[in-house]
Amino acid sequence: MNDLLGVVDWSRAQFAMTAMYHWLFVPLTIGLSLIVAIMESIYVRTGDTRWRNITKFWMTLFGINFACGVATGIILEFEFGTNWSNYSWFVGDIFGAPLAIEGIVAFFMEATFVAVMFFGWNKVSRRFHLASTWLTAIGVSLSALWILVANAWMQNPVGMTFDPAQMRNVMTDFWAVAFNPVSMNKFFHAVTSGWALAGAFVLAVSCWLLARGRNADAARKSIRIGGWVGTAGLLLTCWTGHGSAVQVARVQPMKLAAMEGLYTGGNGVPLVAFGILNSPEAIAAGADPMKFSIDIPYGLSLMIDGSTTSYVPGIEDLLAGRERSGGEQPAMAPPYSQRMEMGVLARQALTRYSQAREAGDSTAMAEAEADISTYFPNFGYGYLESPDDAVPPVGLTFYSFHVMVLGAGLLVVLFATLLFAAIRKPALLGYRWMHWLGFLSLVVVYLVSQAGWIVAEVGRQPWVIQNLMPTGAAISDISSASVQTTFWIFAVVFTGLLVAEISIMTRYISKASRSDIETAKHV
Amino acid sequence: MNNIENLQAYWWLLIAVLGAALVFLLFVQGGQTLLYGKSSLAQRQMMVNSLGRKWELTFTTLVVFGGAFFASFPLFYSTSFGGAYWLWMLILLSFVVQAFSYEFRRKNGNLYGTRFYDGLLMFNGIVGCTLLGVAVGTFFFGADFTVQRSSLLDPASPVISRWAPTHGLEAIACWKNLLLGFAVFFLARTLGAMYFINNIADTALSERMRRQVLANGLVFAVLFVAFVVVLMLQGGVRFIGGQAVEEPNIYLHNLLGMWWAAAIFLAGVLAVLYGIFRTAFCRGWRCGIWWAGIGTAAVVLVLFLIAGYAGTAYLPSVTDPSSSLSIANSSSSLFTLRTMSYVSVLIPFVLAYIVYVWAKMNAKPITETEMAEEPHQY
Repeated sequence: MNDLLGVVDWSRAQFAMTAMYHWLFVPLTIGLSLIVAIMESIYVRTGDTRWRNITKFWMTLFGINFACGVATGIILEFEFGTNWSNYSWFVGDIFGAPLAIEGIVAFFMEATFVAVMFFGWNKVSRRFHLASTWLTAIGVSLSALWILVANAWMQNPVGMTFDPAQMRNVMTDFWAVAFNPVSMNKFFHAVTSGWALAGAFVLAVSCWLLARGRNADAARKSIRIGGWVGTAGLLLTCWTGHGSAVQVARVQPMKLAAMEGLYTGGNGVPLVAFGILNSPEAIAAGADPMKFSIDIPYGLSLMIDGSTTSYVPGIEDLLAGRERSGGEQPAMAPPYSQRMEMGVLARQALTRYSQAREAGDSTAMAEAEADISTYFPNFGYGYLESPDDAVPPVGLTFYSFHVMVLGAGLLVVLFATLLFAAIRKPALLGYRWMHWLGFLSLVVVYLVSQAGWIVAEVGRQPWVIQNLMPTGAAISDISSASVQTTFWIFAVVFTGLLVAEISIMTRYISKASRSDIETAKHV
Repeated sequence: MNNIENLQAYWWLLIAVLGAALVFLLFVQGGQTLLYGKSSLAQRQMMVNSLGRKWELTFTTLVVFGGAFFASFPLFYSTSFGGAYWLWMLILLSFVVQAFSYEFRRKNGNLYGTRFYDGLLMFNGIVGCTLLGVAVGTFFFGADFTVQRSSLLDPASPVISRWAPTHGLEAIACWKNLLLGFAVFFLARTLGAMYFINNIADTALSERMRRQVLANGLVFAVLFVAFVVVLMLQGGVRFIGGQAVEEPNIYLHNLLGMWWAAAIFLAGVLAVLYGIFRTAFCRGWRCGIWWAGIGTAAVVLVLFLIAGYAGTAYLPSVTDPSSSLSIANSSSSLFTLRTMSYVSVLIPFVLAYIVYVWAKMNAKPITETEMAEEPHQY
């Protein structure tokens, strides 16, 4: 049992580590591919070779980052098999399909056209090259679509039924899986956040170029494109973020409660704009969950239901069976202790079903199947040892959520300032403090981006599939020592890779800042 | 489309096609092991850039191979990947380090130097090819695992697929698997040398590569013949009426039972040999990669088909034959296979644009002049 817990924790740590490294590179790839495609479109439309050279400058940075995204991505796909083998069987019938579609539809498109993008300048026509650049950008976003369809399905399992004979879930409605409302929100939220991150990257690098005193024209052109893409991305991210929060309230109310540090809900619940949580021990002893907070009155009720009086449950309410109804009264559901009993009953019914099947007793099979249908929605609760196991790490979820929201607010101000300067007051771009705003936006956007994924993935714990399978039941039959070893191997490899990437990028940008980007060849 | 047996066979065919494409595309890995030797710096630059424009295709094919297995035969994904943990992790590690080595190797500020990244490419070439061969070897020579679905009902120990405690290291130590692994490695080197001849305009390099084709091709041929002999003598598990039955010489029986597969296999072997010998002895002939490449794909395709068709267990369990995986007991549901089959209609379009772009990009061989003028280089 101890080793089981060790395997679960180390497998979690390994998946979290690889996902976070992957997510350092992917949003920049998503956004920068779009920015590069826009720049090349301007070049093809105007025939101005300065735009071609600016495109090549950003394309080189895209290439360095793209390779890192690819390197960290392969591990993630295969880790579902290597570290979460039970999961792979339990829902592979549904979860595998988006991954295969991602490969067929998106990966080959990226892999084929990215080579044209880098090496085809003198081998194909100008228009074919432009088409390849756009197809690479589209491939990158399509890839994000299908992996987010898969991820969203884990958070809101739909379009499936449980097959007791196979002891697994099977797909019954592909379109419900593909157009799961959670996946649509996640897709637009992730892709537009990639635009925001790439916008910040372009702003920061351009500010560096301005600070070095050369390439002012190239930097201003880049700020205009990066600023518009980044601002549009950021505003759309905020909008889709609101949509995501509404979906979370609907399908993962415990996650929402953890995001807000809301232990006891009620009507007209405020939104915490900023807060510091008390320690878990103090909260358990009955202290106010918040040491200090700045609240927006009625904000949470208003955000979730568009009403100042609607009921929003807290953690304790959910454990007791009081759920959100969309109105002023809570909707009553089984308390978590009862859900755990139902999960055990589902498991017992499944055992009876297996025994009856082996004995060829169709009557007993039908009875057991009826019980399975009744209790299966709470199947995962049967693995928990106490109702509190269903509560995610509140502190990490709460602080990550607030870092994300506050950081996004700060980014709106930074982007607007830089874009305003680039378009209306170019002289402002000559000030050193303005350049620091650009650098700051890059730091903030990465912080926000990582915090977003922590909210999404830590906030859904303990579930690997919401309500159906806790993380502890999803693992492979391997020793924790094996997983620890691979964890450290990949930690060293990815860290070394990241340090080298940053070094290469800064060296490249620094070298470019000493030459004339609009006329130089980019090596 | 409403018959699950047909859909299972169709998806196994697609897995076989992807496997065949992957082994052909391992010429990239094979080429990486030929970078050092007597190559000048300029020649090495051309070799790296020749391979570098194709590495993503091999990488992507591996990822899609995994994704397609997950979607169509999830019990394999669950059992082999979770079980042979170290085998798959080493394969993945070798591909991870490849992905950034091309991009980083010559960039200023890469911290570790060009030779470090070239060493990683060598690691990928040796380990990636050999261990992929070992992994495919388990399809024929089996592995030490059990599958017990009811374990899911035990919260203290819920894992359904259990493997030997060595977790894949025993598969690497199995000489039969290694025989296939080394055959794949030398095949990849042979194909890599042929690709250089096809894609690089450099007489001295071509001559050296022709010698490599002969030397590596001969080693490959010996290893491959040995593998085929061992395979034809190998027993396996066949599911008859849902019961696992052990059968001696099962792959020989499958090959003889599928005459068309035997014909494709023979044609493939002849094409590979023709590619090897004509490349080695006919100066100026640059098409060896296509003959040997298509031959390789044909042979690998047939190997997959005899591993999985006719009720054969494509992952036999040496511990408990009834736990062996066949395409019938490890597949996705009828609904998922049918849905994925609609998606597979896109594959010809994908192949078409890959071929078109390949033709455009490879229209002219790489030259030293191009390397001197190309700003974006690996």
